[in-house]
Amino acid sequence: MIEIKNLTKKFNKFTALNDVNLSFQKGHSIALIGPNGCGKTTLIKCILGLNVLETGDITVNNESVKDHYKYRETIGYMPQIGRYPENMTIEETIKMIRNIRKNHNTEVDTELLEAFELEKIYGKKMSTLSGGTTQKVSAVLAFMFNPTTIILDEPTAGLDPLASEILKNKIIKEKNKGKLVIITSHLLSELDDIISEIVFMNEGKVIVHQSVDDLKKETNTGKISEGIVAILKEMKK
Amino acid sequence: MNKIARFILFDILKNKTIILYTVLLFIISWSVLGLESNFTKATLSLLNIVLLVVPLMSVIFSTIYVYNSSQFVELLLSQPVPRSKVWFNIFLGLSTALVLAFLLGCGIPILLYSSIETGMSLIITGCFLSVIFTSLAMLAAIFSRDRAKGIGIAIFLWIFFAIIYDGILLVLIFQFADYPIEGIMATLTAINPIGLSRIFVLLQLDVAAMLGYAGAVFQQVFGSGGGMGISLVILSAWAIVPFVWSLIKFNRKNL
Repeated sequence: MIEIKNLTKKFNKFTALNDVNLSFQKGHSIALIGPNGCGKTTLIKCILGLNVLETGDITVNNESVKDHYKYRETIGYMPQIGRYPENMTIEETIKMIRNIRKNHNTEVDTELLEAFELEKIYGKKMSTLSGGTTQKVSAVLAFMFNPTTIILDEPTAGLDPLASEILKNKIIKEKNKGKLVIITSHLLSELDDIISEIVFMNEGKVIVHQSVDDLKKETNTGKISEGIVAILKEMKK
Repeated sequence: MNKIARFILFDILKNKTIILYTVLLFIISWSVLGLESNFTKATLSLLNIVLLVVPLMSVIFSTIYVYNSSQFVELLLSQPVPRSKVWFNIFLGLSTALVLAFLLGCGIPILLYSSIETGMSLIITGCFLSVIFTSLAMLAAIFSRDRAKGIGIAIFLWIFFAIIYDGILLVLIFQFADYPIEGIMATLTAINPIGLSRIFVLLQLDVAAMLGYAGAVFQQVFGSGGGMGISLVILSAWAIVPFVWSLIKFNRKNL
């Protein structure tokens, strides 16, 4: 599904990603974890084409992200901090995105829209929304167009427990449909029931990429968080 | 018109600043044209105001709008929309809104109080200036991530074309007064979009005679049909080149 080959991304002199090679397959859900500033968001922005690639390449469904923009039809993206036009209402924002994607995909998934009860506050302007409500709008948009790949950047940060439970169930449901889910998160305990593979990054490099079962076996632990801590301790030695 | 451009256009037309701009232009044109009974004189007075106000408003409003829509751009680019399309539609939406504001503000009084023959050239140049300075604004905005710096560049561009450029030309004229430099001067004047707009309107009004020898040169170079064609080509180039440059930079930008 998504292949990342020898990707190096530099911002002036700062190297955000250093020779990253990764491959994500359908039906898996992958957790991207690592300390702040390790290049997770940069990697995601590269996949989405928001950052321009200079060295290396990324292919989505065997198409390079450099050549086309159409591959984004198959991706639903929920940003870490959703930034929306300030003087648009929730309804206008959702309608506009639907309008832009209309001819590609007429069937829309409004499950999250109903679960979050956003229709009740449809008339509110995006600039007046709380951080959590903005996240809800981002989540709704990410799942709305039945994408085959779903990328979630810190999805549960800012959401209340009820909303994050709804979102979590939705993620599991979509994953079971055979979709590729990529999540970045710092809350390791939340990831336990969702993910099947783990990518640990540090200073722009991929340190570990393995399945959760292998991780647990190797480190003799029952939880992902404990496994990661075991890896970190080993690294420090 | 495209969905994105239409959305931007309606967003701008709802903006209070643009409404105020239209009303201001209308009041200025209406009072200037209403006070003077001679069409040519009235059009000339209006010309001087339009040449200052329209570029200033276009360049500053567009720069601020481009910075404010950075979130909108990010949202659109995570959807299946190509980069060039997003940037072009912002340009299209902005210039359409500014041209509309100019047409409503200046066009209607000109049609009401002046004749279409004398007013037409002013309307054409006003529209061109709106588009040209939108294009320059997009270039200014893409050069810097810092909003204050971008607006600074935009204001400098306006001061340069509206004031400094003419000043430099004046110095040159005085320095090289003993040499036959009329041809070079005509060319240099024609490179500045505001200067060219002024000449373009003056020549249509048959007041070039008042400009003395330089006026005769202008009449010779720009007065003919071919000269008018050249003026329009230069003005179009000013509208297109800065935009294309900004587009190239936008396509390489990390958001």
